[in-house]
Amino acid sequence: MSTSTDAAAGQSSQSEITTHRLPNGMTVLVQPMPWLRTAAFTLSLRGGIQNEAAERSGLASMVCEMVQRGAGSYSSRDLVAMQDNLGMDRNSGVSTATVSFGAAMPAESFAEALRLYADIVRRPHLPGDQIEDARMMMIQELRAIEDEPTQRVMKRVRELHYGPRLGRGSQGTMESLAAIDSDDIRQFYQTNYHAGGAILTVAGRVEADSVVNLTEQVFGDWRTEAFDAAPLPVGTGVYEHIQATSSQTHIAFAFPSIPYGHPDYFAMRAGIGILSDGMSSRLFDRVREKRGLCYTVSASCHSLINAGGVFGYAGTTPARAQETLDVTLGEIRKLPSDLEQSELDRWKVRIESGLIMEQESSASRASSLASDFYQIGRAMPTAELSEIIESLTLEDVRGYWENHPPSDYRIVTLGPEKLAVESGT
Amino acid sequence: MPEFQQATLPSGLRIVAETDPRNYSMSLGYFVQAGARNELDPQSGLSHFLEHMMFKGTERRSAEDVNRELDELGGQSNAYTSEEQTVYYATVLPKFQDRIVDLLTDMMSPVLDDDEFETERKVILEEIAKYEDQPPFGGFERAMEVYFSPRGLGRRVLGTSESIQGMTAARMRDYFNLRYRPENIVLAASGNVDFDGLVAEIEQRTATWSDRTADESLAADDTDSIPEGIELSRRVPISDAVQAYCIQIGNGPSSACGERHAARLLASILGDEGGSRFFWDLIDTGRAEVATCWPQEFSDRGAWFNYLVCAPEDLEGNKRFMREIIDSVVDKGVTDEELQQAINKTAAGYIMQSERPSNRLFSIGSRWLVHNEYVDLDQSLAKTRAVDQAAIAQVAKKYLSEEPTEILAM
Repeated sequence: MSTSTDAAAGQSSQSEITTHRLPNGMTVLVQPMPWLRTAAFTLSLRGGIQNEAAERSGLASMVCEMVQRGAGSYSSRDLVAMQDNLGMDRNSGVSTATVSFGAAMPAESFAEALRLYADIVRRPHLPGDQIEDARMMMIQELRAIEDEPTQRVMKRVRELHYGPRLGRGSQGTMESLAAIDSDDIRQFYQTNYHAGGAILTVAGRVEADSVVNLTEQVFGDWRTEAFDAAPLPVGTGVYEHIQATSSQTHIAFAFPSIPYGHPDYFAMRAGIGILSDGMSSRLFDRVREKRGLCYTVSASCHSLINAGGVFGYAGTTPARAQETLDVTLGEIRKLPSDLEQSELDRWKVRIESGLIMEQESSASRASSLASDFYQIGRAMPTAELSEIIESLTLEDVRGYWENHPPSDYRIVTLGPEKLAVESGT
Repeated sequence: MPEFQQATLPSGLRIVAETDPRNYSMSLGYFVQAGARNELDPQSGLSHFLEHMMFKGTERRSAEDVNRELDELGGQSNAYTSEEQTVYYATVLPKFQDRIVDLLTDMMSPVLDDDEFETERKVILEEIAKYEDQPPFGGFERAMEVYFSPRGLGRRVLGTSESIQGMTAARMRDYFNLRYRPENIVLAASGNVDFDGLVAEIEQRTATWSDRTADESLAADDTDSIPEGIELSRRVPISDAVQAYCIQIGNGPSSACGERHAARLLASILGDEGGSRFFWDLIDTGRAEVATCWPQEFSDRGAWFNYLVCAPEDLEGNKRFMREIIDSVVDKGVTDEELQQAINKTAAGYIMQSERPSNRLFSIGSRWLVHNEYVDLDQSLAKTRAVDQAAIAQVAKKYLSEEPTEILAM
């Protein structure tokens, strides 16, 4: 147990990250956090949305669901009973490039949990008689989105932003889901579930050596394959309106930006932080607090390995939707013209505090390690990140945003009336 | 081990803390007994509207100052309003304890400026409109209104567009003076906190809170009427909805009731999102998008919710299915295997949650506000592990035998 009694001591107790590469291409990263009672892992494989054929969209999610319907010597029900009895708070899902399985749990459950997930990804039954159930489950998800206007506009703007292959959602379409059969599932599994490019990250009350040994034991003889490089995004600037009789007009927007790992990333990210992180951020203050236009308004950064974007959302009653859009985009446009040091300082404290408090959560550390490794090919120690943030100047932020003014906006609105979108935004 | 400490100031303000010097953060929150159930018809939505206005400036700070300083402290801060309380909280690094105590405490004496009130009224109306667009489209509020009546526990936390449009800043000031008196307030802290410093600081800063008195005395509600903007139909029509949303509400244990641990485990066995009876029959098979249930505990009463979302054409069939599953638990109880699985899962959940002071804050503060009671993690675990099959059977019979009140949004 750490007995640190203040934040400074807390910072100094950051632990080392061990990175170990198995001969078959799987990488394991371990960060012991002995002051916690829990352990967490994330296992990411290269079986994401970009690996699906367009006419089989939804396949990556369907395979992610199917591998959990029985594996090794366990039935679907056995798996869930084991997971519950181990106290695992689990999640799984696909993103553009990967499929991930993760869980947090009391530390003593970790070894057994990892063995279980080795069964799931290596020895799934893919039971043919459960394909219809899994398909129905996915159809439910598609239907759910139809009733969620915020999700609908965000999903659509992402598609417009990155193009159909990199931007589409994980749920597929009614047509593509109907077309998926057991051969598709087996083939997608065979092609994409292997050690090539696989990343296992573990954080919490564990020892690095024993995690590495266990990983060697349960994944060391997993087969390996090459995996494709990421395709290029093909989005374009465009405005789309979805007609609906909603109480609010839901506005989603996006513009191209740089991905995590780019040398200018944090200069860009700080600008978005000044716009949208916290109650004194510009969008919250000027769109909501000063004008009362919205309850929700925000912007955030998103990264693929080779492309990025800034995504934003605002929801407001129809009569005020035009003003909301104009004020929001106006704030983004004029960001570099009047930046203040105090804004950057507040953002820095926020990030720094977040980094320190992340040490209270094994799950959050495991997932940060996984996304860092995927994006930049190595673990990013907290101290290093902290240093980058600390050294960022207002000039860096201003320079980035002056040289890269947002353009080619993709805008999607849903509501009773279409809005006017200036050409060239 | 975390240590529990508490103090009551001469004014009646209560301070509680679960301190642990090993934590990297500290959380602080004011818990105020001011919720929708404390409101009269002309005050509907006022607890929540007031919560927003508490960020709008004090004698010492403008609205901008408040938001800016909260951000300068770098943590997570926010507020929420429920049927029974309003909570203002922040999680920061321990080195900022003095500053967050100063700021949150100052915020508890707001100026409630007229211009800010008018701007914020628009934000509240937007918030109401936002929820009208989100599933289940006001279905939960309607269930509470029908089950508890639209007053007391059934009163809408956000109020209605009508009640918000008719609200005045003067009425809000009055409500503030009535509810934000020291005897209605608990200050809770968790994590890496200096408790003795906290008590001394608070005593000095809150000395004038006892002077708060309300001018206006409102007449009691006419309970034969329905408040403006409220409908009590069990059907919520939604245009364009793809799914059907079914909410059932019935009796459940209160947060004072010893049966609550058994009720939570029963809900886990019946309706958890993975591995429950509803899950295997309705979700895993793709029959429904959502099929779940949960007990909702209030200080002196409780409710039990069942919630089903599926295609409209499957609704009747799925409802029957759910009813059969419930009836079978009422008749036959649950297996020991199921119970042990639910206990293991719930206990692990408590342990994991307790790792962050920000999670502990809410259970410590709420419980002290309502029951003057502290329950530590080990007690919660012990009470959960002590639940046996007989206790589950008893709870199932008591709360799930009767036909619940049903609201359909579709």
